[in-house]
Amino acid sequence: MQDIILELDSVSKSFDGKKILNNFSLGINRNEFITLLGPSGCGKSTTLRIIGGFERPDEGRVLFDGRDITGLSPDKRNVNTVFQKYSLFPHMNVEENIAFGLQLKKKSREYIRDKVRYALKLVNMEGYEKRSPTSLSGGQQQRVAIARAIVNEPQVLLLDEPLGALDLKLRQGMQRELIKIKKEVGITFVYVTHDQEEALTMSDRIIVMNKGIIQQIGSSKSIYDEPQNAFVADFIGESNIIDGIMRRDCLVEIQGAKIPCVDVGFGKDELVDVVIRPEDLVLVEEEEGYLKGMVISTIFKGAYYEIKVRVGEYEWMVQSVNPAPVGTMKGLTILPDNIQIMHKPHSADAEVSKEND
Amino acid sequence: MVEKLKDLMSRCYIALILLFLYIPIFVLIVLSFNNSRSRVVWGGFTLDWYRGLFANAQIREALITTLVLAFASALIATIIGVSGALGIHAMSRRNYRIMMIFTNIPMLNADIVTGIALMLWFIHFIPLGFGSVLLAHITFNIPYVIMSVMPQLQRMNISIYEAARDLGANALYGFFKIMLPQLMGGVLSGFFMAFTMSIDDFVITYFTKGAGVNTLSTMIYGEIRKGIKPEMYALSTLIFLVVLCLLLVVNHVGARNEKKNRKYYLAQESNEREEFTL
Repeated sequence: MQDIILELDSVSKSFDGKKILNNFSLGINRNEFITLLGPSGCGKSTTLRIIGGFERPDEGRVLFDGRDITGLSPDKRNVNTVFQKYSLFPHMNVEENIAFGLQLKKKSREYIRDKVRYALKLVNMEGYEKRSPTSLSGGQQQRVAIARAIVNEPQVLLLDEPLGALDLKLRQGMQRELIKIKKEVGITFVYVTHDQEEALTMSDRIIVMNKGIIQQIGSSKSIYDEPQNAFVADFIGESNIIDGIMRRDCLVEIQGAKIPCVDVGFGKDELVDVVIRPEDLVLVEEEEGYLKGMVISTIFKGAYYEIKVRVGEYEWMVQSVNPAPVGTMKGLTILPDNIQIMHKPHSADAEVSKEND
Repeated sequence: MVEKLKDLMSRCYIALILLFLYIPIFVLIVLSFNNSRSRVVWGGFTLDWYRGLFANAQIREALITTLVLAFASALIATIIGVSGALGIHAMSRRNYRIMMIFTNIPMLNADIVTGIALMLWFIHFIPLGFGSVLLAHITFNIPYVIMSVMPQLQRMNISIYEAARDLGANALYGFFKIMLPQLMGGVLSGFFMAFTMSIDDFVITYFTKGAGVNTLSTMIYGEIRKGIKPEMYALSTLIFLVVLCLLLVVNHVGARNEKKNRKYYLAQESNEREEFTL
């Protein structure tokens, strides 16, 4: 696991006096599918552009296989990029586009022909060699862009929101294919997206970023189930985030109700943030719940109903397969496992993330 | 009824404008075929003036000077202008705006001011002659090239250049192989525009040429002071036709480009909505 191929060492970058990346460090393992996830302006694309060599960091180093490549231009790096807007060369056909990098490397004609054919097969675009990029759909153009990048056999493939311009259905199909391609070619993928679902589906490891700072690093599951701060909890999926008090180990008080949980190691009567996913809340009869409140809206969402229940000042978001009539009083219960307790932010870095809520 | 009248009036108006604009030129062209030295009597059709024109060594020399000057100045201005446009395009928004204003001013500035200013400048450093005229023409041609390349540069997806670098192309290769083909329309129309402007110019040339060098326009001016000869009608007609042709070429290149670009971007847009099936 500790086979690091690419390393960012305390990288900082500002544009027009605005700090985009702040002392950013990150190690990327060989053969990993790593995703940089965050809202727009969080520095994820800048990170990718620094790795690709399109931006030079103000401070810090970029290491590739232990070698310092900070000052190396993009053409001298063993890294290829799939750009957000496809960026195919409009005056060349599909075959010439894909062959571009190989021709620069002075490969033989037969080698190039075979590689182009292989790459097109990999992205399911056989037979499109002579087509012009302008005659292809968005999804097809993105496939060609991926083929054009991986045909050069880079050790790291950078993908900058490659599916951003595609519609939902197409995007989901392409996600599956990207995972397949990743398995087939066996190289490191560094993926940038603001789409949390995309990140959760594809990644081995997710880096949640906000304002140039890493908020949390972890697997999809740990990011979703155990967000480390309110920003991550809010950004990944829908959440109820509410103030609570740890009365003792495994007992938290929310809105006056003492609810059993599984978290330990907090101070007695410590103020905490409590995260509860809407799908983990259970609607029951009024007297059976820890919390009691009135249903103020019920919206049909297809697979479930999204129900809002007001308890005191707070509106709880509940996902339930059964509807609840607006205006009725209901109780809310939750399993101890499904409560996530987080320390209140105390450092300046963590405070930053709260602002965006 | 009122609509019809309005329509008729607007047509008349356009006709009048065209009449006033083009009648003098039309008269000039007619006179160049007039077999009489008189400016009012039609003495029959002749090509004598054209014949005389081509037999005249002085005119031939001026023609060659004009063409060499136009070609060289347009070529050099294109090289400088395209590089300049790339640089200005890469500037911050504020500097970009400032640079574009400074680019615009020489085009709007009175020729006579530019001409005298350049002359005063040049006489300090170089003898006035072909070299100084060439420098002057390059100077006033550069803004035209920048103006015709810039819109295309702005429409272009810059990341295709980054993609080229990413795939292993160095900066020069990326520019010539990827950027230039996208900009070619603007570069060509800039070149022809500069070429036309150079042929067309009289005032700036007049002030910077010194003795001994003549382009067609300064030569015509010199001849006319001595008395109007019908050969000059013929020469003016030829210049008019050449410039007209060049302008048609510029417009054609521009329009074709526009169409190509529009087609590409329309395709891009519709592609984004298009459903894709395996």
